[in-house]
Amino acid sequence: MASRGYTEGRRKRVEPRGTRASSSRTTELRRLPSVSQKPFEEIVAEHGPTVLRVCRAVLGPVDAEDAWSETFLAALSAYPRLRAGSNIEAWLVTVAHRKALDHVRAASRRPIATNELPERPARDSGSAGWESGVWKALEALPLKQRQTIAYHYLVGMPYLQVAQIVGGSQDAARRAAADGIATLRQTLLKGESR
Amino acid sequence: MMNERRAKVDESGLFAALPTIDEEVSRRLHRRLVEAANAAGVLDVAYRTIDTPVGALLLAATQKGLVRVAYASQDHDRVLNGLARDVSPRILQDPARLDRVAREIEEYFAGRRRVFGVPLDLQLSHGFRRTVLSHLREIGYGQTASYAAVAKASGNPKAVRAVGSACASNPLPVVVPCHRVVRSDGTMGQYVGGVEAKDALLALEATA
Repeated sequence: MASRGYTEGRRKRVEPRGTRASSSRTTELRRLPSVSQKPFEEIVAEHGPTVLRVCRAVLGPVDAEDAWSETFLAALSAYPRLRAGSNIEAWLVTVAHRKALDHVRAASRRPIATNELPERPARDSGSAGWESGVWKALEALPLKQRQTIAYHYLVGMPYLQVAQIVGGSQDAARRAAADGIATLRQTLLKGESR
Repeated sequence: MMNERRAKVDESGLFAALPTIDEEVSRRLHRRLVEAANAAGVLDVAYRTIDTPVGALLLAATQKGLVRVAYASQDHDRVLNGLARDVSPRILQDPARLDRVAREIEEYFAGRRRVFGVPLDLQLSHGFRRTVLSHLREIGYGQTASYAAVAKASGNPKAVRAVGSACASNPLPVVVPCHRVVRSDGTMGQYVGGVEAKDALLALEATA
């Protein structure tokens, strides 16, 4: 299953996994510079928080900031070649989706060492408690449910767009999110009433 | 629509505990992005602002050198948008790249510096205007030259008005001293940062 790029209009990009933005993506995105692009600083200010929430919801506290940084570095690199009028938020979420997948794959290749993660200091200041609450519940969900929930509920993307990013049909994306939300509701609300 | 969808989630309260970004995290991520972008060579324009006696100055540098200095009256947001269009949209706030020029400008306003040593990137200036700018750098600290004299030095004695517009469009005021160009009758003439700023710079150089 190749992850499909965000599609603007009829344009579709299918990219090999694990390629760096500066190599293959560069050629795919090459086009005339758009008439007027905002300074990238504004893109970071506008969309940084949303992308971080997405990374946290999909990856959890340990890898979220790494994925955020990789996302914005790749986006900065490709930014001058982005088509004018593109939906910047959807583009960034698509890049974040790929970067998060890289982390998930890397984690699945890592030998299981149960005491490795807790020893790593939580760099996530200002987020005290969420690792043990929401994230624990999210982490228990299948990856696809976490992704669809993040893109639909946290970003506010319609399911059609969510499906374009995670692959599969719009209905499948809707079902994955609904199943995930149902499980979350059970876990979290049960936890609250205790 | 987007807000409705979000509201639905908020009502459920499921993600209330998922933290929104705070300032410390935001600063740390920004710093990290700037470092990575510099290391990868994809930060085309770095900028910062500094406070001076003539107001806040925007400083912007490419990897070649200082490319833009702008007064607050020129609208820094507009200037940054112009840089995105004319140089590259790969622009981030990165005070470190401008540390040296910031220090030199600070020393200049304290009366402790007469010549700027930072490398310049003159890519925003073309043709005759660029020739004029290169001759402006020959007018020493504390001295002035007339528009006519600069026209003559630039190889076109009749282009007095063109010298005026070259000064008015100087992308590097203060550092490239267009404030030292005055009218032949000795009055000050216009200035890209406003007449008051020109007066202040000339007064500073006359007394320091």
